[in-house]
Amino acid sequence: MFRFIVRRLLQVLPTLFGLSVLLFIWLRRLPGGPETAILGERGTVEQRAAIRTQYGLDQPVMVQYARFMRRMLRLDLGNSISTKRPVIDEFMDRFPGTIELSVTALAIAIGVGIPIGYLAARRRGTVIDHLTVAGSMVGICIPVFFLAYILKAIFSERLGLFPTTGRQDPRIEATRVTGFFVLDGLLTREWNAASDALMHLVLPGLALASIPLAIIVRITRASVLEVLGEDYVRTAEAKGLTTRVVRGRHVLRNAMLPVATTIGLLTGGLLSGAVLTETVYAFTGIGQFIAESINQADYPVLMGFILIIALVYVMVNLLVDISYSVIDPRVRVS
Amino acid sequence: MKSVLSPRRAEKLDRLAELASEPSDERGESLTREALRRLRRNPVAIVGAVVVLLFVVLAIIGPLIAPYPPTATVGLDQIRPGVIPGPSSDYLFGLDHQGRDELSRMLIGARQTLLVGIVATLLGFSAGVLIGGLAGAAAGLGGRVGRWVDSVLMRFIDMLLAMPSLLLAVSVAALLGRSLTTVMVAVGFVSVPVFARLLRGSMIAQSQRDFVLASAALGLRRNRVVLGHILPNSLAPVIVQATLTLATAIIEAAGLSFLGLGSPDQTVPEWGTMLADAQRVLSVRPELAIYPAVGIIVTALGFTLLGEAMREALDPKLRR
Repeated sequence: MFRFIVRRLLQVLPTLFGLSVLLFIWLRRLPGGPETAILGERGTVEQRAAIRTQYGLDQPVMVQYARFMRRMLRLDLGNSISTKRPVIDEFMDRFPGTIELSVTALAIAIGVGIPIGYLAARRRGTVIDHLTVAGSMVGICIPVFFLAYILKAIFSERLGLFPTTGRQDPRIEATRVTGFFVLDGLLTREWNAASDALMHLVLPGLALASIPLAIIVRITRASVLEVLGEDYVRTAEAKGLTTRVVRGRHVLRNAMLPVATTIGLLTGGLLSGAVLTETVYAFTGIGQFIAESINQADYPVLMGFILIIALVYVMVNLLVDISYSVIDPRVRVS
Repeated sequence: MKSVLSPRRAEKLDRLAELASEPSDERGESLTREALRRLRRNPVAIVGAVVVLLFVVLAIIGPLIAPYPPTATVGLDQIRPGVIPGPSSDYLFGLDHQGRDELSRMLIGARQTLLVGIVATLLGFSAGVLIGGLAGAAAGLGGRVGRWVDSVLMRFIDMLLAMPSLLLAVSVAALLGRSLTTVMVAVGFVSVPVFARLLRGSMIAQSQRDFVLASAALGLRRNRVVLGHILPNSLAPVIVQATLTLATAIIEAAGLSFLGLGSPDQTVPEWGTMLADAQRVLSVRPELAIYPAVGIIVTALGFTLLGEAMREALDPKLRR
C-alpha cells in the first residue's frame, strides 16, 4: 500500500512539470505578452520596460522558465490588477467559500445519488426506475446557471425561504477562525452564524449538485445492474450468505468502483459549475472572483488560479486513485 | 485407404467435417444491424431521434422562415426601462430587450447553436480518438515501448483532466479573445480527455477478449489485430459518447456565454448567448430566458435520449 502511494506520488511529478510548461507557454502567448499579464492593459512604456528587466524577460527562454518556476514554487503569483493585493491572499480568502459550496453539492449528490441509483437498479423496470432514469437525463440537460436563477426566483424571492445572496448575513458578527463559515460557527459555538451560513448554502448547493447528482445516479444504477448479473453474486447467494452480506460486500462494494472514479472526475466540473452558481448568488468564492477577473482581463489572478486549482485537482485525482486501491486491491498490483 | 474406423463412425465423421466446412445457413447478425433493430423498437430512441431531427430541420430552415432579420430593432420604440412588450400578433414570441423579434432570433439561433455543438464535439472527438487510439494501440501491442508510449500519453491526458473545463476555457479565451470560436475550441478541448480515456479503456478491454486471442492464434500480425479487430470493436462507446457530448457541449457553451466569454457579436444570435443576455431582464420578462432555455434543454435532452438508447442497443451485455 505504502509503495503504491509513493509510486503514484512520483507519477504526479511529470504531470506537474508538463502543467508548468503549458502555463509558461500560455503566459508568453497572451496578447501583449507577460507585461500585459502583470500590468494589465493600462501599463505605460516605462512600466513595461521595468517589468521586463524585473522579471528577466530580456533573458533567454530557459533562464526565464527557471525564474518562472522559482516564483511558482514560492507561490509568488504576483498581484491582482483590480484589487492590487497578492493573488495568493485573494485565493486564500475565497477558496474556503468555494470548498464549502462544492462539498455541500457533492454531499447532496452522493448522499442522494447513490441510494436512488441503487434503488432504481434493484427495482429495475418499475415506475421508480423509469422516473429515476428520466429525471437524471433531464437533470443533466438543464444549464446550471438557469437552474440557479429559477431556484433563487422561486425559493428565495417568491417564497422567502432562503436568503438570496452572499455567504452569511452581514448583520451577524461572526468570529472568523478558518474561513469556512459553517465550521467557524460550530467551533466558536455561534450556532446562529453557523445555521445562517448553512441556509446560504442550500440553494446554490442544490443548483450545483444537479449535474453531479444526475451522473452519480446513472453510474450507480448501471454499475449495480452490472454487478447484480455477475456470477459471483449468484454464487454468494447460492452458498447461503444473507441478503445483507451479499448486497453490502459483494454488490455495493464492487459497484462502487466506477462510482468512485466518476466522483473523482466530477471535481473538475464542480468548479466550473461553482463559478456559474456563485455568480448567480453573489457568493464570495473563487468562482465569482474568476468571473470578475475574466471581465476585467485580470491575468495574474487567472494564471494563479489556474495553477492552484490544477494542483488541487492533481491531488484530488491522486486521492481518488488511492481510495480506488482500497476498494479494489487489484489496482495496486497492475 | 481403408479406414480403421467402423464404417458408421467414419460416415458420421465425414458428415461432421462436411458440416464444418460449409458456412452455416443460420448466419450471425452484425452488431450494427442488430443494434439498429433494437433502436427502432425502443420508444426512447424514437423520441430522441425525432427531437434531434426536428432540431436539425429547424437549424436548416429556421433562418429562411424567420419573419424579421435578427438584428432589426423593429420594436425599439416600444422598449422602455422596465417595459418589454410580450407576445403580439406581429411578434409571436414578443420582443427582446433591444426591440428585436424574439421568434426570429430563436429560429436563426437554432443553426448557430447546432453548429457550436457539432464543431465543438468534432474537435474533441478527433483529438481524443487520435490520442486514445494511439495509447490503446500502444497498450494493446504491449512490449516495453508500447507501455511507455501509453503511459506518456495518459500522463498528458491526466494533465488535461486536471484542468477544470472552465479554467481551460478561460485560458483559451485569453489567447483567442472573446468569440464563438473560443467557445467551440474551449468546449471541444474539454472533451478530449474523455474521448481519449474512453477509447483507450475500451481498446484495452477488447484486447483481452477471446476473439483477439483467436486472431492471434490464427497468426495475424499484431498490427492487424489492433487496427482491424480491436479498434473497430472499441469504437461503439466512443460514438455513443459523441452523441452525449453534443448535448453537454451546447449546455457548456451556454455557460461560457453567460460568463461573457462568448461572442460579443450580436448579429448572429445563439441560444446560449440569448439565455445569458436575458438574465439581465429576468424580472421584467422571464419568457426571454425561458424560450432559449427550453430550446437548449429540449435539444440537449434529444441528443441525450438518442445517445443513451444507442448505448443500450450496442451494449452486448444487454443483447438477447
